[in-house]
Amino acid sequence: MTRYFTQEHEWIDVDGDTATIGITDHAQSQLGDIVFVEVPKPGAVLAKGAEAAVVESVKAANDVYAPVSGTVTEGNGAIEDDPALVNSAAESEGWFFRLTLADPAELDGLMDADAYRDLLASLD
Amino acid sequence: MSDHDTPAEAQPLPLDEWHRARGARMVPFAGYAMPVQYTGPGGGIVAEHEWTRSHAGLFDVSHMGQLLLSGERAEAALEALLPIDLRTLEPGAPRYSLLLDEDAGIIDDLIVARWEDGFFIVVNGATKHGDIAHFEERLPAGATLRHLEDRALLALQGPAAFAVLDRHATGATPLSTLSFMRGAHFTLAGTAAWISRTGYTGEDGFEISIPSAKAASIAELLCSEPEVHPIGLGARDSLRLEAGLPLYGHDLDRTTDPVSAGLGWAIARRRRAEGGFPGHAPIARLVEQGPAWRRVGLSFDGRLPAREGAPLFAGDAEVGRVTSGGFSPTLGRPIAMAYVDAAHAAPGTPLTAEVRGRRLEAAVTPLPFVPHRYHRQGASR
Repeated sequence: MTRYFTQEHEWIDVDGDTATIGITDHAQSQLGDIVFVEVPKPGAVLAKGAEAAVVESVKAANDVYAPVSGTVTEGNGAIEDDPALVNSAAESEGWFFRLTLADPAELDGLMDADAYRDLLASLD
Repeated sequence: MSDHDTPAEAQPLPLDEWHRARGARMVPFAGYAMPVQYTGPGGGIVAEHEWTRSHAGLFDVSHMGQLLLSGERAEAALEALLPIDLRTLEPGAPRYSLLLDEDAGIIDDLIVARWEDGFFIVVNGATKHGDIAHFEERLPAGATLRHLEDRALLALQGPAAFAVLDRHATGATPLSTLSFMRGAHFTLAGTAAWISRTGYTGEDGFEISIPSAKAASIAELLCSEPEVHPIGLGARDSLRLEAGLPLYGHDLDRTTDPVSAGLGWAIARRRRAEGGFPGHAPIARLVEQGPAWRRVGLSFDGRLPAREGAPLFAGDAEVGRVTSGGFSPTLGRPIAMAYVDAAHAAPGTPLTAEVRGRRLEAAVTPLPFVPHRYHRQGASR
């Protein structure tokens, strides 16, 4: 399994043609206490950059965009039931949704863990 | 006027370094860098909100404008600009008032207190330069407005605020003589301070005006007390929303009037009868005919908050708009304030809010959402 990162602070675990997508620990720390999450339904077809999920903190609403194109196979109902899971386990149990990749070549433009760490360092 | 110009760089306030050293996340607000929340143990909007409700929170509100209006014509000048009755404004009794335009639109909301050498006025940070220009264009000879830019303003709010401040404040009378909406000059850690039992969280608490040069040492002193944590703007907003208190620029602005906003009580009885302040005629008309719109509270089922700007519907008819909304940490569900047409303003009226294409069920709810815990006069301490 390979983990990729986006400039928009999403992480993507790729296993064959299946991708699991969440927001990074940095992203959840910027959002603060998360009180509401909505994830996409299985079967939803997402184009890269399309609105895929909604995350609301105490202060503000944010959309989560699909970092790659594909067909949703599963949304994580656990974070809809317990939004704080995104705060406590953003890069593990707090994942948002899984999809079947439409175009694996889209992964080429994404960052690896080292490049993402450099991005975060440049933000400080 | 250029009061809406926002500097590209947010200016630092006196406690800037102190906040950063405490792990604050700083954001631009009203032209300044302000702490929105703190990181680390005890930090975060919900934790800070709950700490203020159960202990005491120290808020830096130094972005607010502190003004002193003085001179022999100051009293007449203030009555010409505000619907306040200064004959009943005793020293030591700060009062809420409104800066109004000729159409009864709200230019700002503010607090006025009588000092020995004039009237001490606290105005909102985002509006202060516009307010100052508004005053200066209208002041007669014999009235002078001074912007006290060398002062910081702290708010200590929560059930432990009195016990903490009482350890450090000394004055001609003890701190316990202050009840809600009372103020006096004290000495705080050797520094002259104006302290009033006011705030904007719904909790008992105090606002403390001190020289900027002393702000960091006094903030450090108060936060070294076990009951006190520094609290950011995020929790200040959720606390004041739960308390049902309108926020200028959101629930109040030039398009809202005091009657629709439910602030008719801020128009002094004598002034209501006599007039002589901007907006008197439109206000009299609104009182007589009843306003077309009213500020109300809304409570929601579910967890998705309706934010500022969300339209409100009764059936298919659009009947209002959310002016501030969010998630209530105390109640564990979304709440909002809104303006709705008068026919849909009664508590219990079911409405729906539209948020990103979906309709959320809501009901008009009396304000405040969380009961105030002010230390009223006559109550025991």
